[in-house]
Amino acid sequence: MGVMRRFLRHAAMLLAALAAATPAFADPPPETPVRDDGLISGYWFASPETRAIQDDEFSNPGLLYVDRGALRWREPDGAAEKSCASCHDDGVETMAGVGATYPKVDEASGALINLGERVNMCRVRHMDAKPLETESEPLLDLTAYIMHQSQGMPMAVTIDGPAAPFFEHGQALYNQRVGQMDLACTMCHDQRVGHYLRAEHISQGHLNGFPTYMMRWGTMASPHRRFQFCNEQARAEPLPINHPDYNALELYIAWRGNGLEIETPAVRR
Amino acid sequence: MTPTRSLIALVIRWCGPLCAGLLVAGPGAAVDRELRPYEVVGDEIPLSLTGAPGDPIRGREIAAGREGNCLACHHMPIPEEQFHGDIGPDLSGIGARLSPGALRLRLVDPKRLNAATIMPAFYAVEGLERVDPYYRGRTALSAQQIEDLVAYLAGLTDESVDTN
Ligand code: HEC
Ligand code: HEC
Ligand code: HEC
Repeated sequence: MGVMRRFLRHAAMLLAALAAATPAFADPPPETPVRDDGLISGYWFASPETRAIQDDEFSNPGLLYVDRGALRWREPDGAAEKSCASCHDDGVETMAGVGATYPKVDEASGALINLGERVNMCRVRHMDAKPLETESEPLLDLTAYIMHQSQGMPMAVTIDGPAAPFFEHGQALYNQRVGQMDLACTMCHDQRVGHYLRAEHISQGHLNGFPTYMMRWGTMASPHRRFQFCNEQARAEPLPINHPDYNALELYIAWRGNGLEIETPAVRR
Repeated sequence: MTPTRSLIALVIRWCGPLCAGLLVAGPGAAVDRELRPYEVVGDEIPLSLTGAPGDPIRGREIAAGREGNCLACHHMPIPEEQFHGDIGPDLSGIGARLSPGALRLRLVDPKRLNAATIMPAFYAVEGLERVDPYYRGRTALSAQQIEDLVAYLAGLTDESVDTN
């Protein structure tokens, strides 16, 4: 199954590249690693200056979130007076590889959930605490901390079994033209990879750096915030964070990047 | 298909969307972005959408600015703006290659020439999904703005020099 899906993915990417009027993969920098699976991290499409900020542990602002997340992990909150560590011990050990598998189907509810929703589920179900606000600093601290524990590990979402219908829905959304500008994700992130949209160098649109520090906003951003931004550029109605359609889209996009090493926290313009 | 039918497609798309526009857009906007009927002949829209020629200076401003956003995808002879995109062809000298009528059709609805194109239809309101409510029922550019752009592009007859 996995092999078949992988094959289909590469066939789809190749077809998309062939169908484009202009050659795909125009010019990520020459030092970009060439992989058998054809995947390229968004890192290689960022400017050398931006890459240098991501690489430097003293200047990458995303690491501030990770550090704060480590502190929050041990901070009791809610009526049950528990912290994440009360149940999950040292996150460096218990969370290694966990973020790589999100979004994922929650067995209890049958819904596809992203990592931020999973964190809030623990707060509500297990800590008697209020859910943290979407895109709030405390939530991004925790998701950045958890994703960081998978740094260097391959993205590894599951799309079989209960995830299959969500995956198919996400794939359809990825290929659907939306907005006054009538654009589908695939038109840029498969068919125009390496081209410039004004100053923006179009990447394959992967999620291996999320949550990502966005310099233009001066904050970390979840995948859904990035989707909203790409929707706004097409003058399409952005969906709310955690919308089921965005979760399905996130699953499809994560799967496109299965195998790509996680880099959280990435830095982008 | 008769030759006349293949040659002349009469497009009369009445502004059902105008009503939606009145509901969501601010005052004036709905009228400005009203879709007026136009006629496609071959691969051109020969007649001005407003009945008058456009202003090339304003056309250049629209191309360089956020509203037209042509620089997102095209190189144009607008040197004071940095970072021209390379999704579509370079438009320097486009006025020597395409007639005003052909330019007009490419701005109004390029999907009539290539259904799969990434070039947006700047004067269309139909066949679009999940348009942001702010823009719903409105064309991306007004008839006047299309004419201003046509006038500007038609004047780009020299490959190398910024003629404006
Ligand atoms: C008009 C072209 C265009 C379209 C259409 C588009 N994007 Fe993007 N997208 C960009 C650009 C430009 C960037 C910033 C540069 C980059 O990283 O690719 C970007 C970045 C991204 C990123 C972040 C990549 C990274 O490494 O940080 C993701 C994820 C993404 N887009 C997803 C989507 C999704 C989902 C859709 C469809 C809803 C979409 N995009 C539609 C142009 C587009
Ligand atoms: C009282 C115990 C308890 C506390 C406190 C708790 N969790 Fe959980 N957590 C669980 C259990 C049990 C699961 C397994 C799924 C379930 O039953 O909800 C889980 C699952 C998870 C998962 C998913 C693991 C996977 O493999 O998919 C993450 C991520 C997570 N918790 C993060 C947190 C964070 C962050 C906090 C603190 C805000 C926290 N948890 C607090 C008990 C707890
Ligand atoms: C999202 C990218 C995009 C945007 C924005 C865009 N175009 Fe285009 N344009 C293209 C592409 C791609 C083509 C190539 C033809 C095709 O794909 O059908 C094109 C073709 C053209 C052509 C025909 C060129 C030729 O040599 O035949 C003209 C004229 C043109 N565009 C003008 C404009 C103007 C004026 C604007 C701004 C109002 C604009 N475009 C905005 C992508 C874009």
